[in-house]
Amino acid sequence: MTEEPHSQVQHTTVPVVEPGLTFASVTDKISSIVLKRKTPLGWFIGFAISFALFQLMMLSIFQLVFVGIGIWGINIPVAWGMDILNFVWWIGIGHAGTLISAILLLLRQEWRTSINRFAEAMTLFAVAQAGMYPIFHLGRPWLMYWLFPYPNTMGVWPQFRSPLMWDVFAVSTYATVSALFWFIGLIPDFATLRDRARSKAFQIVYGMLAMGWRGSARHWHRYEMAYLLLAGLATPLVLSVHTIVSFDFAVGIIPGWHATMFPPYFVAGAIYAGFAMVLFLTIPLRRFYGLEGFITMRHMHNMAKVMLATGLIVGYGYVIEAFFGWYSGNKYERYMIWNRMTGPYAGYYWALILCNIIAPQFLWSKKVRGNLLVLWLISIVVSIGMWLERFVIVVTSLHRDYLPSSWGMYQPTGWDWGMFIGTIGFFFTLLFLFIRFLPMISIFEMRTILPAAEVEE
Amino acid sequence: MAEENDDRNEPKREGVDSSDAGSLGRRLPPSPPLYGVMAEFDSPTDLVAAARRTYEVGYRRINGYSPFPIEELSEAIGFTRTSLPLIVLIGGILGGLAGFFMQYWTEVIDYPLNVGGKPPNSWPAFIPITFEMTVLCAALAAVFGMLALNKLPQPYHPVFNAPNFALATRDRFFLVIEANDPKFKHGEVTDFMKGLNARSVSNVEV
Repeated sequence: MTEEPHSQVQHTTVPVVEPGLTFASVTDKISSIVLKRKTPLGWFIGFAISFALFQLMMLSIFQLVFVGIGIWGINIPVAWGMDILNFVWWIGIGHAGTLISAILLLLRQEWRTSINRFAEAMTLFAVAQAGMYPIFHLGRPWLMYWLFPYPNTMGVWPQFRSPLMWDVFAVSTYATVSALFWFIGLIPDFATLRDRARSKAFQIVYGMLAMGWRGSARHWHRYEMAYLLLAGLATPLVLSVHTIVSFDFAVGIIPGWHATMFPPYFVAGAIYAGFAMVLFLTIPLRRFYGLEGFITMRHMHNMAKVMLATGLIVGYGYVIEAFFGWYSGNKYERYMIWNRMTGPYAGYYWALILCNIIAPQFLWSKKVRGNLLVLWLISIVVSIGMWLERFVIVVTSLHRDYLPSSWGMYQPTGWDWGMFIGTIGFFFTLLFLFIRFLPMISIFEMRTILPAAEVEE
Repeated sequence: MAEENDDRNEPKREGVDSSDAGSLGRRLPPSPPLYGVMAEFDSPTDLVAAARRTYEVGYRRINGYSPFPIEELSEAIGFTRTSLPLIVLIGGILGGLAGFFMQYWTEVIDYPLNVGGKPPNSWPAFIPITFEMTVLCAALAAVFGMLALNKLPQPYHPVFNAPNFALATRDRFFLVIEANDPKFKHGEVTDFMKGLNARSVSNVEV
């Protein structure tokens, strides 16, 4: 991979964007990907593969609804298999997008500007995948509206003391707020595309989406206020969502789940997985579309550092989990942790330690953080590691709990894998469409960080 | 919630040069009414300086247009207050109350159900949904409140008629003195704006 010359410089002095960019060149460069440049062949190939995998998801869902949930590997005692662990995995990936767009905005981290639009799109598409799993795990997904409190002829209401109900509200709120935040951020850019588009169809579609945005100073003032307030609302929201996801486990009395550590441990894991996914996606993308001037080496270093920090928190979580398994003096807890390390799923556990604790240690080295190929590989390893973590938490706790007579084993079936690989295809299908039809970097926010945007007194 | 808006008043029906149309003895169609006079700038610094000067001279129905938010600009045109935070606060409070009392009503009043011996009003268990409803309603209030105060969607606006205005979403900056300003006199305003270091000055028709 090519090394940018300034990656060797102290990166505190590296500018957020390449010097020499102007309002016009930023606008034209980003909007041309959508409007002018010929769609590259690579896009068609990538889209075709993703779309084919997406069809695998549709087939898996068809089979699931047609035959029933027995086509999955879940059974008693492991009734939460791939579906719930994939739900947690996907929603965790989404969290990095909100962190980048909301929390880093409140912390005034200017570098977030080049990657927030893309990360928000990733959030939205990951949440879409996550949302499907609990619904299809219901067994009778066509009755999912029973989860919402609506007056009905049966006269009953959902059970609001259950974390599963909290989950319904948390995930649907998260999806709604993420979509609103993303759309609000896009309005000024829709106006830019409307004014730049040459074809009538694009002018009309972007014109409708821009809703008549004209860059009025009064509008900008309220817009900035709304954006800031949304960021302030999204920040506690994102922390609450994974906290509530962890309550799905922690409120249960299964050994290994019933721990007060779960909320922070899950939130850190979510951010860790999410940043790995952002790196995994942006490294090829910036190279492919020549966006090195916008997404600079400074971004790569910063994201790698966030990944390292959250990885260390997650590692601390594993240590504490093992320590309290022993220190609790409770024989079920002790057996649970011993079973994780040496039982039938020990391979998953040690692979998880390797992926999530050992692999990120390389990120201490500035040289590794500057080597995009290695960074990219580490991001893949971490994504796999986080999937393994959820597998270990969900499956090893359930398959051997208090009563040895009810112990069992879990093995995912082909349909489990079909659905999982299919959702990856659906995720990439949406991402490819996003890259083609919407500006993947926020144009108006890029203008604000150019030196020329400073008003001289 | 009275808030200053761009298009509160009807534009003044002042023709661009209707005065001499009659003297020629011909019946010309009436020239379109004027929305305002617009000056075009190259940089945010020029725009903000011009906006400050315009405000100092005493024009109040003025507005700036820029490709990105400029904090100094809204201050320069005297627009610093918005009721949006209040709307969001009200949205959040209503959402939180609705969230809690939805649970209270269903679990305590309408259909009390003993689950695990917990009291009907097990309020700690109701907090997560109360919180989520607070955030949801506050976020909806922020988005729809912002759009409503900005009167968006608004497909047509006179400023779109101005020359080069398509560049307001790229790299050009604009200042408008609207015709409904009490001090607005067409010739005077045009002359004043020409002295503002502007790239060009033009009329904006309704």
